[in-house]
Amino acid sequence: MSTEDKDVASQTKIKPFTMNFGPQHPAAHGVLRLVLEMDGEVVERADPHIGLLHRGTEKLIEYKTYLQAIPYFDRLDYVAPMNQEHAFALGVEKLLKIKAPLRAQYIRVLFSELTRIINHILNVTTYALDVGALTPALWGFEEREIGMEFYERVCGARLHANYFRPGGVHQDLPAGLADDMYEWAAKVLKFVDDMESLLTENRIFKQRTVDIGIVSKKEALDWGFSGPMLRASGVPWDLRKSQPYDVYAEMDFDIPTGTTGDCYARYLVRVEEMRQSARIMRQCLEKMPKGPVMVDDNKVTPPKRAEMKNSMEALIHHFKLYTEGYHVPAGETYTAVEAPKGEFAVYLVSDGTNKPYRCHIRAPGFAHLQGLDFMSKGHMLADAVAIIGSLDIVFGEIDR
Amino acid sequence: MANSVTEQIQGLWNSDFSVAYVQPTAFAGLHVLEFVVPLIIAVAYLTYAERKVLAAMQMRQGPNVVGPFGLLQPLADGLKLLAKETIIPSGANRGVFLFAPMLTFLLSLVAWAVIPVNAGWVVSNINVGVLYLFAISSLGVYGILMAGWASNSRYAFLGGLRSAAQMVSYEVSMGFVLVSVLLTTGSLNLTAIVDAQHPFWVSLMLFPMFIVFVISALAETNRAPFDLPEGESELVGGYNVEYSSMTFALFFLGEYSNMILMSGMTSVLFLGAWLPPFGISALAVVPGFIWFALKVCFVLFVFIWTRATLPRFRYDQLMRLGWKVFLPFTLVWLVFMAAVLLYNHALPGMQGG
Repeated sequence: MSTEDKDVASQTKIKPFTMNFGPQHPAAHGVLRLVLEMDGEVVERADPHIGLLHRGTEKLIEYKTYLQAIPYFDRLDYVAPMNQEHAFALGVEKLLKIKAPLRAQYIRVLFSELTRIINHILNVTTYALDVGALTPALWGFEEREIGMEFYERVCGARLHANYFRPGGVHQDLPAGLADDMYEWAAKVLKFVDDMESLLTENRIFKQRTVDIGIVSKKEALDWGFSGPMLRASGVPWDLRKSQPYDVYAEMDFDIPTGTTGDCYARYLVRVEEMRQSARIMRQCLEKMPKGPVMVDDNKVTPPKRAEMKNSMEALIHHFKLYTEGYHVPAGETYTAVEAPKGEFAVYLVSDGTNKPYRCHIRAPGFAHLQGLDFMSKGHMLADAVAIIGSLDIVFGEIDR
Repeated sequence: MANSVTEQIQGLWNSDFSVAYVQPTAFAGLHVLEFVVPLIIAVAYLTYAERKVLAAMQMRQGPNVVGPFGLLQPLADGLKLLAKETIIPSGANRGVFLFAPMLTFLLSLVAWAVIPVNAGWVVSNINVGVLYLFAISSLGVYGILMAGWASNSRYAFLGGLRSAAQMVSYEVSMGFVLVSVLLTTGSLNLTAIVDAQHPFWVSLMLFPMFIVFVISALAETNRAPFDLPEGESELVGGYNVEYSSMTFALFFLGEYSNMILMSGMTSVLFLGAWLPPFGISALAVVPGFIWFALKVCFVLFVFIWTRATLPRFRYDQLMRLGWKVFLPFTLVWLVFMAAVLLYNHALPGMQGG
């Protein structure tokens, strides 16, 4: 090569093939817009864009009473609504210095774990869909729908539950629901086995996921990963064990961890978590005591309907609670729960009024999405799709 | 007056020019229609069958609203596509953009000219039928490549690239499979291939080739797990992402009629087409074309079954499978088969000698 050629070669800049992946892309999981810079099929840079689903949740909550804020939490990660209500309810309880009655705590744990199962069903099966396996997704939705029906029976809504309240849960379980859920907690394992028979040992599925998007232990910690993303990299960190809330301390369950930190490990961790969640659900239903499901303090929780017909005081309490709401003592709290996707937390600042002064929401998906660039670098386009699937991102919580 | 018009027409029909050119063309046209019309109907109902079979495997209902058991669904779909507007993207190369689906559809039909559906039921019983089929199915890549390029879309472009690489790689091993079949039959004529009967051990030797052929057929027709050029979760539809209305319908019909064609080829080359299975002569009471149809349906079922079961390959894995597994395997097996046949004096040309 002559010197002249060398000059030309050094001066020539090859523009990478940029591809706009999303927001209207079937594998973008919501409204992810991803700008991919590629060399042929190899991804050189993945630049996720956020904000297409920003609704100003945090700001809106500052203008709502504490009770009115709960529905917003359903709408964050709409795949796992109740876990997020859980974080807010616990946070407010902490500021109010009250504790939900034992039965309410069991119900909350029961539904948190149900939610974990239906979240993981959605994630694992759509992940399979992303790598091209059609059938698990359709089997999964069948099972997921039954889980949603439990939601409907307990609170009247399939998705946006608004069921966990500061001080307990809104209503007790309707008759027969406990038995049906107990039965389902055993039945869903059959589905998990069926699904695994299609994926876990499938050669193509393994080729598509093993050694794809590897996250080392250090990287996972540095990037603030949590939940299955962190555990798949071999860090046994689960808030349900490390700082148990509600009645998790009384439950007997295992925390699955991976060793490789690749897409396949994340898949396996989620599958095992479904089994463990079913185990917790059964324990909850076995141990659940009788009793009230709301704290008996009419300054925070509404009085019974029947009481309102006779008691003037009860009527006033009801009116005050649903107009002005309750005042929360000044203070601040960071309350985290182990949501299906990772550590979901609220940082709540109260100035002693009936509305939160500030409510910051820590969404696990936000941290995970940041990792997309380093995870997909050097992989192929199809791998980037697999990696997005294994992140388990939902834009409701990322954009808030 | 009327009489004289009919006489005139009869006169024209029997004229020298007509006997020499018009009559053969008309008969050939009719002959072609005999194949094309059932084929189009078969394609329509293949889409229906696929949806029903997939639905059954996925615990769903499948189409069941239009007509009894949803049997009119394919017609409704066809009508819908026909009534839609053909959108041509402003950046597209119009001519190539429109030519690509036509080519794909045309090639998928033209190949049927040499497929015998029953003893002697074939449009053109040419003596190089296998070569003809191979040539036509190789041309199929052009339709997709042109569509991918002319759409002027990045997804379509990548889809076209993938398709070209994929079809070229699998054609090579497919070629070796065909050669191995020729080794045992000694003819390129498809009817002769069906009629050639082998001893059991020869069939046994052909069995791995049969497997390779079916897998390559999946790759040739861009079906799961090799549906990379379309890969809806990666390329949103790949080469046909910009197509709508009838241009899309032609691709769609082309793909499904290619599936039937590949099943037909499998059945002709390996499954004995119209002959009753396992040489049970009692089953010969069933007409040959029904056996042919059943065998084609069986292979098609395998196509759909695969789609319901397997995830999609990645581009480089697909190439690796094609070049590093199938190609060496078919090559070695071909040499091995040739050696065994030679040793046993079972090569077609050596018979009796």
